[in-house]
Amino acid sequence: MDYLSKDIRAFIEENFLFGGSAEDISDDGSLIAEGILDSAGVLELVAFLEGTYGIQVADSELLPTNLDSINRIAHYVVRKQACLQAARVA
Amino acid sequence: MCGIAGVVDFQRGAPQARLLERMAARMAHRGPDDCGVWHGGDVALSHTRLAIVDPQHGAQPMHTGDGRLSVSFNGEIFNHRELRALLEKQGRPFRTHHCDTEVVLQAYAHWGEGCFERFNGQWAIALWDADRRRLLLSRDRFGICPLHYTQAGSAWVFASEAKALFCHPAVAPAVDVDAVCDILRFWTPLPGHTAFRNVSELEPGCCLAIEPQGVRHWRYWQLDYRPDYGRRDLDWSEELRALLSDAVRLRLQADVPLGLYLSGGLDSSVVGALADQLLSARGDAQRLSLFSVQFDEQDVDERHFQHGMAQRLGRQPHALACANAAIGQHLIQAVRHTERPLFRTAAVPLFLLSRRVRAHDHKVVLTGEGADEVFGGYDLFKEAKLRRFVARQPGSKRRPLLLRRLYPYLPHLQTQSPEYLHAYFQVDSDHLDDPFFSHRPRWRNNARLERFLSPEVRHSQRQRDPLAELAAWLPQRFSDWDYFERAQYLETTMLLPGYILSSQGDRVAMAHGVETRPVFLDHRLAALAARMPAEVKMRVLDEKHVLKQAAGDLVTPQVLRRPKQPYRAPESVCFRGPDGDLAEPLAELLRPASIRRHGLFDPDAVSRLLSKARTAPLRSFTDNAALVFILSTQALLQEFVPGSSSQ
Repeated sequence: MDYLSKDIRAFIEENFLFGGSAEDISDDGSLIAEGILDSAGVLELVAFLEGTYGIQVADSELLPTNLDSINRIAHYVVRKQACLQAARVA
Repeated sequence: MCGIAGVVDFQRGAPQARLLERMAARMAHRGPDDCGVWHGGDVALSHTRLAIVDPQHGAQPMHTGDGRLSVSFNGEIFNHRELRALLEKQGRPFRTHHCDTEVVLQAYAHWGEGCFERFNGQWAIALWDADRRRLLLSRDRFGICPLHYTQAGSAWVFASEAKALFCHPAVAPAVDVDAVCDILRFWTPLPGHTAFRNVSELEPGCCLAIEPQGVRHWRYWQLDYRPDYGRRDLDWSEELRALLSDAVRLRLQADVPLGLYLSGGLDSSVVGALADQLLSARGDAQRLSLFSVQFDEQDVDERHFQHGMAQRLGRQPHALACANAAIGQHLIQAVRHTERPLFRTAAVPLFLLSRRVRAHDHKVVLTGEGADEVFGGYDLFKEAKLRRFVARQPGSKRRPLLLRRLYPYLPHLQTQSPEYLHAYFQVDSDHLDDPFFSHRPRWRNNARLERFLSPEVRHSQRQRDPLAELAAWLPQRFSDWDYFERAQYLETTMLLPGYILSSQGDRVAMAHGVETRPVFLDHRLAALAARMPAEVKMRVLDEKHVLKQAAGDLVTPQVLRRPKQPYRAPESVCFRGPDGDLAEPLAELLRPASIRRHGLFDPDAVSRLLSKARTAPLRSFTDNAALVFILSTQALLQEFVPGSSSQ
């Protein structure tokens, strides 16, 4: 989980904060309320998650409960990877 | 329109004519037809003329026969014939046949400082009253014509454009960092401010009197909303149709050919149809030419609607095919004229269009600007209405989906869940009483650009509260208005004069000596609309409902039915060179050394934005706005304060 959170934080810093530090944002802080993500930004985030972690984000999963903080994103990716793993085993 | 400039100095007397000639020459683009300078002891006035009304007799500065009043005037007084008739009845002497400048002089001679309330038009006026030793500056109600001023020792210096002020040896251009940060947030400086330190802009609807005993500033006109709930829809639309037709009639007065900016939207189409009707009735229909912009990118191109409307009007538009590369190539030139940063590239095609207009020997164009502010056309008004609707039932899953309908031209919004829509649009019942409710999401999004500012500038801004400054500026009546009226007021007094009428209006049109006449900003129309309840202007989510009722028969069904689409142009893609990097000379503006030289931005953050743009076209509205803002600000600094740091 830690490495995931670190990667996601780095992606956010590079693409939405343009090198600025996200250290003021806790792992549970809302990325929308903090003015970091907008509607196009969420789609950029999804493209990053799909490209980096080999998962598919369904439209029905485009929810703040899955994607609106670094921790939520990390947990979501872990859950999706676990599902993928389970599907492969089956 | 024209360019005006001058100096008043009660201690040392006005400077010699040479300075005034230099100031006028700096604005030669505003008035290529003639130039005049006058020296009157305390004061000196200059004028560069774009001759439109009474070309033979309108030379300026103009004086009354007794020499007591002198004026340098930019703009048009559209009701000058009615005023002249009134004044002649009162025995005022006129020397010209139909020159509106002389009406300004005689109106002031007769009514004094109250004369401006009687004018229907667009103007920036500098009037010298020799008896009272008073220089009076006045600007039209909406800020169609620009007017800047500054104090240099005992001298007051004014000009249509800030660049002319910098000809004065005691006025050095320096960037106003606070104002640039306000522009970043609001897209316009706070009222009265400019991007330059110590350079003010006379606010729309205001006068400034400079006298030996001091300076007085007052507002002669104030937009006020007092809805009348007792009228039927039909009464409103009939009154609007008659008034709109009269507003067009007044704006057809010119001794030169007339043009129309036909965008393909409702507003300019209505203006074109009414102008055509009025001119045809006089057997003069061929006097009106149509000018349009077309783009390669289909999502912003409106040629389909332009063609339909042009066909209905029975004429072929002069269409400017604006290539993406041309927008990038002319950004710096456009900023030289706007004199403030931009957020969208849309000003550049209008800069190129005015050049085309001029090439076709036209120097006056009617436009549809102002209708969205006056009749509630912008998405922002719908957005505010919907956000309130959603906030009243925070648990609803269906209500937030309506927010998708606001921006059908933004594909990435269409896939978003109700929960995300709720969050993006800041739907919160706690905010319903916020005086800035309508504008909070926009301003919050804009503030995201602060991450590109240098750490020093960001630090300097922590001591400021621009929202409190804005709140203190608002009229007392603001708190009595409903959310829709408040939103209209903010749009009409901030973005309209500060961006739409300046950076996308006068400044890029007058760059090539073209006068724009925004018909919907006839103050009688604005006053009528201010008496309409919000539901008359926006019925459910039908924007400009009353305008469609009043004038829908004048336009093609396609124009009438099309969803509202703001005028847009291709954005960051216009700046890319063949290798995907930023094309020169724009690239030079964003090199770390250039960024450091001016000190406003963080070179590292800018480099990262460029890397992102290199990888793929920028999709986010904020990223595109950031690139245009940084490029145009750097271009502004390079043009006016090269080599100096803003710190």
